[in-house]
Amino acid sequence: MTATTTPDATISIPEVPLWRARLLMALSSLRSSWAMFAENPIGLIGLGVIVFYGLFAAAHPILMNTVWDPVVYDPVNGFDIEIAFHPSAPSMRHPLGTDVLGRDVLSQLMFSTRYEFALGMLAALATSIVATTIGAISAYYGGVIDLLLMRLADLVYMMPLLPILIVLGALMDIGMIELAIVLGLLFGFGGTAIVVKSQALSVKVKPFIEAARIAGGSDFHIIFKHMVPNLLPISLLYMMFTVNTAIAYEAILSFFGLTTIEMSWGLMINVTQVFGYLLRFDTWWLLFPASIAITTLCAAFYLVGRALDEVVNPRLRRR
Amino acid sequence: MWRFLGQRFLQMVITLFLFQAATYFLIDAQPGDIADLLTLDPNIPPNERERLRAELGLDRPPVERFFKYIGNFYRGDLGVSFQEYPKPVIDIIEERLPRTLVLFLSANLVSFWVGFVSGKILAWRRGGWIEYTSTIAGVTLYTVFLPWFGLMMIWLFAVTLDLFPAGKFLSPINWLTAPVNANYIFIRMTISAFIALLIAFIGTLLSNRLEPRHRLGARLVSFIVPLAGLVYYWQTSEFGALAWDITSHLILPILTLTLYAYAGTMLITRTSMLETLREDFIFTARAKGLPEKVVRDKHAARTALLPVWTGLIFSLPAALGGGIITETIFSWPGIGLAYLQAAVVEDIPVVMGILTIIGILTLISHLIADIGYAFLDPRIRYH
Repeated sequence: MTATTTPDATISIPEVPLWRARLLMALSSLRSSWAMFAENPIGLIGLGVIVFYGLFAAAHPILMNTVWDPVVYDPVNGFDIEIAFHPSAPSMRHPLGTDVLGRDVLSQLMFSTRYEFALGMLAALATSIVATTIGAISAYYGGVIDLLLMRLADLVYMMPLLPILIVLGALMDIGMIELAIVLGLLFGFGGTAIVVKSQALSVKVKPFIEAARIAGGSDFHIIFKHMVPNLLPISLLYMMFTVNTAIAYEAILSFFGLTTIEMSWGLMINVTQVFGYLLRFDTWWLLFPASIAITTLCAAFYLVGRALDEVVNPRLRRR
Repeated sequence: MWRFLGQRFLQMVITLFLFQAATYFLIDAQPGDIADLLTLDPNIPPNERERLRAELGLDRPPVERFFKYIGNFYRGDLGVSFQEYPKPVIDIIEERLPRTLVLFLSANLVSFWVGFVSGKILAWRRGGWIEYTSTIAGVTLYTVFLPWFGLMMIWLFAVTLDLFPAGKFLSPINWLTAPVNANYIFIRMTISAFIALLIAFIGTLLSNRLEPRHRLGARLVSFIVPLAGLVYYWQTSEFGALAWDITSHLILPILTLTLYAYAGTMLITRTSMLETLREDFIFTARAKGLPEKVVRDKHAARTALLPVWTGLIFSLPAALGGGIITETIFSWPGIGLAYLQAAVVEDIPVVMGILTIIGILTLISHLIADIGYAFLDPRIRYH
């Protein structure tokens, strides 16, 4: 069989599947965004710190399986019987010393890192899903739905977050997952939803929304296929800010001993406080590693957020 | 304007009711209550626990209790504390709230002023190593783990340099023979400091109307005279030593909070200035040939003040959240510490009372923020 000889087949465009065209477009926009992001050393520094902590977390299982004896170095149940007095100062055997219960501080620090990442990511994901959905629906429908959702957002935004979390932590068992979801919902329904909605209002009046409606797209289709993709950049930006806030809140709640997390940076400081080593600055390794880890990881996510802000928000760009 | 205020007031009352309902039922939905905690001893018979629950009214259905609470609340009765029975909640708040507010207001006023001025200058001189160092230092200070930062300040100023006491509200040794209680002196200190600040503020406003060459001197005078008056008043007062005792305990927490809040303000001002500098009216002002300093301070800074103003106003209700951390580290007996201690033992009237007061403060500060917008940005109008 030879090619058909109908006239319109002769002016065919190159056969590119739709998914590939979309992928190429996404890649090229990613590349230009990356170029803009990479211009700013602040964002790169933040990204570097995050990658460092990622490797730090990944190294823990490898070390546990090769170099470290699980009986001595287990972050939760380990105990070093060869050292007479705990907490012991940093040595070759324990690079950051041991805590009051004879556990290796470096091992605890590395073990906790993965949970901090998981908490931050889960909270950020919950926030962005809730905020994008609420923002898009509220902007698209307007009227009574908008009024109800936005008043709800105002109410949640007004809630003093830390006091509410303290009551929740004091009265029921809060683990990592519950905390991530509660934080995600509170951020998602509150401030982030308000910001995303204002962005969604400007997307709603774009011609392609009108075109989609004329083409017969259902409300669901227009919101999730046309509006939400355009809200993703600002949603991503607020995800970064959610991550650092979530990590900070987890640390503070664990510091007060109000969570049921088995090991985290905040808990390491809580153990220090419970055993009365908080104001003894000669045993600095009980306080400093965890506090510096919390501060630097939060700062790194915040720096990346600020650098992304300059990419997403054209009014902050240099040129 | 009056119609706007009326509508806002109605909205505020409704929002407050919803806020109270949300927090009340959220707290009530948690398992256990204070009766379980008070009767933890196995020797106490179970019917005693039931009697205690009935006495505290905890055996009634939650909806009935809530409406009773709301009814009493609008009659000005916040109930009594379970933990320090029968001390009224309103007394606890009256005693603790001024201590927290003084801590936060003084820290925030200083940090917002300094943060605004430095953020403004940093945005003007964009690029180079100054921008990167200041941003990274600012972000690190902004996201610092506050308990650790507080401990570092204690270590540096109280332990190593031994300048200030490490915590608490006062040193009991100085108060053994004192004829009045600490709150009496603290309130008088607050009022006198407020009057001095007001005089200084009015003096600064008046000095702005003078000719430029007299301005600096007039400003200095308007700061030094009230300060000297304040010092003289407490020097000659019979309670001078006691007032100094409280002040010396006050300095370290204020310093910590000022540094912490400074970073946030500096970062917000910088971002907001950068956005404003892109506006057309800045371009016009420059094209007219106005001096750079005038464009920066008169045209850009005033508009860029909007988000900073929001931050300043919202820091008032955030005082409770931040207060819990700072007050724990410095053992400062403010409202945050009272809240934490009440929440841990499920002392629900105190928790609800403090949350409600914070809710009211939040609503009022939102209103003040909105009214302030209209003054700062002439483009914003309320109808």
